[in-house]
Amino acid sequence: MNELKNVVIIGSGPAGYTAAIYAARASLSPVMISGLQIGGQLTLTSDVENWPGEPDGILGGELMENMKKQALKFGTEIIEEMVTEISGSSPFTIKTATRTIEAKAVIIATGASAMWLGVPGEERLQGKGVSACATCDGFFFRGKDIVVAGGGDTAMEEATFLTRFANKVTVVHRREEFRASKAMIEKAKNDPKIEFAFNTVIEEVIGDDHVTGIRTRNVVTNEETVISCNGIFIAIGHKPNTDVFKGFIDLDQKGYIVTIPGSTATNIPGVFACGDVADHVYRQAIVAAGTGSMAALDAERWLESQTA
Amino acid sequence: MQELNSATFDSVVLQSSSPVLIDFWAPWCGPCKTMAPVLEAYANEHSEILVVKVNVDEAPDLAQRFNVLSIPTFMVMKGGGVVEQFAGAMTKEVLAERVARHV
Repeated sequence: MNELKNVVIIGSGPAGYTAAIYAARASLSPVMISGLQIGGQLTLTSDVENWPGEPDGILGGELMENMKKQALKFGTEIIEEMVTEISGSSPFTIKTATRTIEAKAVIIATGASAMWLGVPGEERLQGKGVSACATCDGFFFRGKDIVVAGGGDTAMEEATFLTRFANKVTVVHRREEFRASKAMIEKAKNDPKIEFAFNTVIEEVIGDDHVTGIRTRNVVTNEETVISCNGIFIAIGHKPNTDVFKGFIDLDQKGYIVTIPGSTATNIPGVFACGDVADHVYRQAIVAAGTGSMAALDAERWLESQTA
Repeated sequence: MQELNSATFDSVVLQSSSPVLIDFWAPWCGPCKTMAPVLEAYANEHSEILVVKVNVDEAPDLAQRFNVLSIPTFMVMKGGGVVEQFAGAMTKEVLAERVARHV
């Protein structure tokens, strides 16, 4: 027998938890399917300094634990599994490994995951010096030389964080300028342990049973260089977690869910999208939380309009 | 699940008659926390495998001994030898499949 719910929230980052808090307080008895990365991208960071209301900064993991507590406090049911399939039209049929749930409304808040370079050696040496989580793995590179690939806020933050352990951190970016925020760039530039290689693409990660270097090419001069290092942290950007939604809902060219401007409504009545899975302009935790509350309000009003 | 360190590792792991799955983790690692309930569920369903944990903060020598450079790292040992080592968070199904290859 399938269970029929008012609203199912897919994802457990700031967007998902905020949607859950609002939906629970609106007496919708929401069910959250959290996915594998419970808490989302913020669980991979250390200090979050720009969350309004936390002047001394807060650990990403702690902030997400607080959101989870709040969602549970108001009565959210949390299922710690991945959605394997979604189909139908209200009520929608959502499947996980162990359950099948029918939902009148769905809020998609699956966020985005780190992208990989896709170069030779990268996959082979994952866990052996190739990493996408500085807070997890920086520990193993005390006194060593590290490369961070990327030019955005994530790359700057990872580079700065890694100076706690590393001897030297080299940020390698394929363009002339960073796209990170000014505050983050300044912080990295002022750090004596951080060096920069611009206009440089990484062609290969080298090493037998652990990383010993990267082969790079300067896109302006075409010169190839090998930068020796013991570890490389990939921070080149994120791609939206929408593979499971292909064919079900409208996605843009990069895989982001298309929403109606000024709303979280999608092309499917009763399905709403919030957070980084729909936003590739701002990609901030506080914006995700904001759109999460919008999604819950949109879903509540839509459900009411269905019974009128 | 038993937590091992340098003093207890060899006696527990090398002398186990069943295959052993070792989880190298640390409390400050997000993906490691994600894997905790997954590992728990896996252990409950597979009593034929001895599942143990090593906190790399408390036993850095063990991490070094097995060339662990990332966490979470999972290691499968049989008859006192390492047969598989893989890193990262994953679903219970993927974890079970990786271990089953050697059992």
